[in-house]
Amino acid sequence: MKRYIMEHTYSIEAGNYAVAGEASSSIKGLLKKLGIDGGIVRRMAIAAYEAEMNLVIHSVGGSLTIKIAPDELLLISEDGGPGIADIDLAMEEGYSTAPEEAREMGFGAGMGLSNMKRCADEFNIHSDAGIGTKLQIKIYLK
Amino acid sequence: MNILDVVECVEGNLLTSTQNTDREILYGYSCDLLSHVMANARSNCVWVTVQTHLNIVAVASLLDISCIVVPESIEVEETTLQKAEEEKISIIASKLTAFEICGRLYDMGVKPCK
Repeated sequence: MKRYIMEHTYSIEAGNYAVAGEASSSIKGLLKKLGIDGGIVRRMAIAAYEAEMNLVIHSVGGSLTIKIAPDELLLISEDGGPGIADIDLAMEEGYSTAPEEAREMGFGAGMGLSNMKRCADEFNIHSDAGIGTKLQIKIYLK
Repeated sequence: MNILDVVECVEGNLLTSTQNTDREILYGYSCDLLSHVMANARSNCVWVTVQTHLNIVAVASLLDISCIVVPESIEVEETTLQKAEEEKISIIASKLTAFEICGRLYDMGVKPCK
């Protein structure tokens, strides 16, 4: 069992673009204060932002959790639905189900999940249509 | 070049107070799709976009982007400017098109992000 020395959870509201990005900013600030390498902070900031925006755009609401161990960072995104019907399709760059409102703001490029995967050392996604999605992103510190 | 050099280069107006005028800008990126920016923009770059809503400040802040240039005299929301002040991100308005802004910056030696 991994021992995490710090853990913080942020509640993310569906459709609230006005505060979207604040959880990711807070995570970035926290990691910077801990003196974590700038390149790693950047990777986690990108992954956290994409996860946060997915919760805002696609979910009915959920949470973002950052866990910090001496040798790894773990980001967990969980929501209460609606779930992803076809994960392989959702992982394809350019595929998006974002609504028109989000696309007009420059979201919905279909790159969110692939951006997260690129930033991660370990990337896991599990989704049950109608129930919800859980994402785990691990970045090694050593 | 620094932020004031960018302002001059694009014949722009600085919409935020200038906290970061000593910041060296080496790179530039232009795109209106935020995930492309997240994937490709480097820190200390200038970002050219027609997006003016609040979320551009979050993107710029997370990536340590130095300044945002908004082309074609597009009006920037007051809430965006307030957030930019808080996050110390400079926003510049230019009457030029994105194409011309990028061309001028490139001519001045600003390099692509990739």
